[in-house]
Amino acid sequence: MKIKAQIAMVMNLDKCIGCHTCSVTCKTTWTNRKGAEYMWFNNVETKPGIGYPKRWEDQEVYKGGWQLRNGNLELKSGNRLSKVALGKIFYNPDMPEMRDFYEPWTYNYDHLVTAGEGEHPPVARAYSAVTGEKMDLEWGSNWEDDLAGADVTGPQDPNIQKIEEEIKFNFEKSFMIYLPRLCEHCLNPSCVASCPAGAIYKRDEDGIVLVDQEACRSWRYCTTGCPYKKVYFNWQTNKAEKCTFCFPRIEEGLPTVCSETCTGRIRYLGVLLYDADRVLEAASTPDEKDLYRAQCALFMDPHDPEVIEQARRDGITEDWIEAAQNSPVYKLAIEHQLAFPLHPEYRTLPMVWYVPPLSPIMNYFEGKDSIKNPDMIFPAIEEMRTPIQYLANMLTAGDTETVKGSLQRMAMMRQYMRALSSGKEFDESRLERVGLTALQTEEMYRLLAIAKYDDRFVIPTSHKENRMNTYDMQGSAGFGGDTMGLGAMGTGGAGCDGCGPASPGAGTATKTGKEIYEENFYGGIWRD
Amino acid sequence: MVDQFLWVIFPYICIAVFVVGHILRYRTDKFHWTAKSSEFIEKKQLMVGSLLFHLGIIPVILGHISGLGIPKEWMRALGVNDHMYHLGAIWIGGFFGFVTLLGMFILTFRRFSIKAVRKLSSASDMVVNTLLLIIVFMGMYATIVTNAVNPAFDYRDTISVWFRDLFLLRPDPSYMMGVPVSFQIHILAAFLIFALWPFTRLVHVWSVPLSYVGRSYILYRRHKVN
Repeated sequence: MKIKAQIAMVMNLDKCIGCHTCSVTCKTTWTNRKGAEYMWFNNVETKPGIGYPKRWEDQEVYKGGWQLRNGNLELKSGNRLSKVALGKIFYNPDMPEMRDFYEPWTYNYDHLVTAGEGEHPPVARAYSAVTGEKMDLEWGSNWEDDLAGADVTGPQDPNIQKIEEEIKFNFEKSFMIYLPRLCEHCLNPSCVASCPAGAIYKRDEDGIVLVDQEACRSWRYCTTGCPYKKVYFNWQTNKAEKCTFCFPRIEEGLPTVCSETCTGRIRYLGVLLYDADRVLEAASTPDEKDLYRAQCALFMDPHDPEVIEQARRDGITEDWIEAAQNSPVYKLAIEHQLAFPLHPEYRTLPMVWYVPPLSPIMNYFEGKDSIKNPDMIFPAIEEMRTPIQYLANMLTAGDTETVKGSLQRMAMMRQYMRALSSGKEFDESRLERVGLTALQTEEMYRLLAIAKYDDRFVIPTSHKENRMNTYDMQGSAGFGGDTMGLGAMGTGGAGCDGCGPASPGAGTATKTGKEIYEENFYGGIWRD
Repeated sequence: MVDQFLWVIFPYICIAVFVVGHILRYRTDKFHWTAKSSEFIEKKQLMVGSLLFHLGIIPVILGHISGLGIPKEWMRALGVNDHMYHLGAIWIGGFFGFVTLLGMFILTFRRFSIKAVRKLSSASDMVVNTLLLIIVFMGMYATIVTNAVNPAFDYRDTISVWFRDLFLLRPDPSYMMGVPVSFQIHILAAFLIFALWPFTRLVHVWSVPLSYVGRSYILYRRHKVN
């Protein structure tokens, strides 16, 4: 046994309102640079839909993730030898193209203020960020928002196509859920395995997967290898970039930007302790439907004295063990078994987990027409508007029973808390039917519904004092700082172009405050 | 004087720039040390062009090593007589040379004709592309046309000896006096690209990830603890 710690995330889809705040704050923090315009380290998809890039879940086309070949785990896009020896290095047949994502564009805003007097007000037109030519907008990262065009794209959703019974996309039967997506920081990351240059790695201390910008040689296999299509190719620097899990924040014990700014408070961050020696074994589980259980079995009970002892021997510090004991991720995913990894059948053992959405069904119980018989909850979940099979195809490789269990526990929790707060009788034996106790249920409620900041984010700080002189390093971390391993992102160091609004601090020596103000503000709006 | 410059000074400058340039570039600019792939922007023409070029250039380089590096006498001692060598150089060399030339032509056409690719190309990309096309073309021209027009000329008695002597530090430009112009252009352009090499995308050649084959799939990195 070799215990490692991983910072993991849970998202409660039940509460996601699809506001895209996470995507926007992430973008303004990380990818508002040339070459990165099309990258959304975090994006929110409306499901059913084909997503971003188009049909990313179709691994028969994109060849992401792992598969079993004669019982052995192998990259779906081919083994190591085939990548180097078969000429795939000169041309990667499975690489997604820009057109699979979308061509980034900007507008000629200048025209709005410089156009001469005319019959019609001036209009800003779209220009390609790549070629600089006028373009007609035909697709974007969020083209299907709120089921826009779902009658066309919905039937092409691979999760829909895996449902055997026919689903008609008519208005009366439509359903939708939001799916915020970011890098999964997998335990068995296929992007890491795909990189011939060894530039992508998993951090030993917290499991965050990063691209070493100095070591990336533009071989591009990672973009194929990641089944979630969350490793992006910067077309300006010709380097791979991906979600960093906001590691400079995590190191300080702060939540990622997407988590911090989530208006629905759906995100949870915490530590999981796992057995690194059994990762390969778990990922090689023969039956896809057993992968979820196999992954759960990797996580060690942080309260078990033997586990604590082993964790100490493996160099995990006391504060990290304590954080693992208080981890909301451990509680939601492992203890209450409410959350599931996205597409476990890719065999990457992803570490961003999802609580399936329950909301549409609850009108049935809580609305005006609520049914008197509380046990109707079980058949009702079967007939939920969002097909269970659809959720199962996303979260448990098609195993509906597991997803159903989670939904039942959440429905039961709501009934219990409703009874409790309205002073009604509740037969606690009903909780046992879904494997809950009263105490557990209240804890679940506190975590899911009250969702206090300190309960959602339990992040131990990293022990930088062991590896650097923190006094000397003051002020050296930040965007473009060399200590981040991202030193040369953009054009490197302080010369980074477009890493955010021009700061009044830079190059101001020769300018007066009034000049700076006039350059940067227009009608009270900050211009970057 | 001109000969002294072209066949002694210029080659040595190029070799020096090649060596020193690589060291400097690797130490100061690892960030831009990439294959600079444009497959993300355009894929169809790249497939044909890149595969043809790369699969052609590897045997071509091996051919150059055997033709320039191995003396005629050694070759004979290995049992390869002049006739056999000649046939191999013309037919095998010619075949792979043609594959390389075709690939290079497609890649150059792609780089200049597809707007998105052109926009993302630096001046150095354009120069490398054009220069490579010229080198490969002149090499093919020398192999097919010059060898047919001037069958008495044997580069293994002239160019190869001069080339080896450069590395033995006893440069002798006289070997290059009677060499046909097509060969001379090919050689000078080739030395020029070696001088440009460290400052262009060509550095990706030294990053061929052979070690990947024997590596473990998952990599962890740990901070050095003071």
